[in-house]
Amino acid sequence: MSIGLLGKKLGMTRVYDDKGRVSTATVIEAAGNRILQVKQADKDGYTAVQVGFGDQKPQRVSKGQLGHFAKTSSTPKKFVREFRLAAGEAAPESVDLPVTIFEVGQYVDVIGQSKGKGFQGVVKRFHFAGQPMTHGSMMHRRNGAIGNRSTPGRVWKNMGMPGHMGDERITVQNLRILQVREEDGVIIVSGAIPGAKGTNVIVRPSIKNKKPKVEVEAPAKKK
Amino acid sequence: MSTIIDKIESEQIKKDIPAFRVGDTVKVHTRVIEGDKERIQIYSGIVIGRKGTGLNSNFTVRRVSYGEGVERVFPIHSPRIAKIEIERKGEVRRAKLNYLRTRKGKSATMVKEKSEKSAA
Repeated sequence: MSIGLLGKKLGMTRVYDDKGRVSTATVIEAAGNRILQVKQADKDGYTAVQVGFGDQKPQRVSKGQLGHFAKTSSTPKKFVREFRLAAGEAAPESVDLPVTIFEVGQYVDVIGQSKGKGFQGVVKRFHFAGQPMTHGSMMHRRNGAIGNRSTPGRVWKNMGMPGHMGDERITVQNLRILQVREEDGVIIVSGAIPGAKGTNVIVRPSIKNKKPKVEVEAPAKKK
Repeated sequence: MSTIIDKIESEQIKKDIPAFRVGDTVKVHTRVIEGDKERIQIYSGIVIGRKGTGLNSNFTVRRVSYGEGVERVFPIHSPRIAKIEIERKGEVRRAKLNYLRTRKGKSATMVKEKSEKSAA
């Protein structure tokens, strides 16, 4: 697996391409990604690069962590994650990871923490149909029957029931990169990504759709 | 709103859009791509609604074509719209002219023309 970027969801908008087609788009801020450490197989047991994003005040960081950041003469970072390297893949030489490591038309996966919905019933959580609101029905949004009788004599696994919804790690796969704007330090991907504005996200090259779109699309022309 | 998103949107917003309103009769010059040829197709009708703000704004144009009502929704800032021409200014008292849908014959295309006096 190759290296991706860490970023922050800024919000959504729409983007027209040069052919006049419109896409829903999410803007991800990904400026200032920095490699903090390269994990090596002989020393750490696996190969990976540790990447940091988003400046943190030095007084908010423990002394041990400050020392770790100082090793690569980096400012303290808020969001630190690793990207595993494939066998034989070398870590990049530069410590800075610009947004231009992604190209327009490439497919990426975006990982983030979804918005928390609290304790929810089955209608919202699992799209159950519920029961009639009227006609003497005294049962409206309940889950109904959850199983059979003595065969199987238990409730099947993964039976939908009320509980906590949202606030979980979600990966959205195969989002196309619409624009890479180096001067703003942002990338624009098609479609929606998990979480609220300001959520930290991980953007990595797609693991299922590696080839860029056959028809290469240029970013929207600036006026 | 994030300033970067504002910047991305303002780059795409067209600045030369004429100030047309609901009730106006307009000619919309749309770019149609056929194969590798591009030509301009004109769609004219009455603006029966405007929706959205900024880059996300649309307008709906209704016309009666061969006895059949046709409505098209255009995103105002789409590059596929070459030009919007105002043919006739209308004076209406509604934001959405959905009542035109139930009208038949001549009254379906009748919108009172805006007089100079009321415009002033």
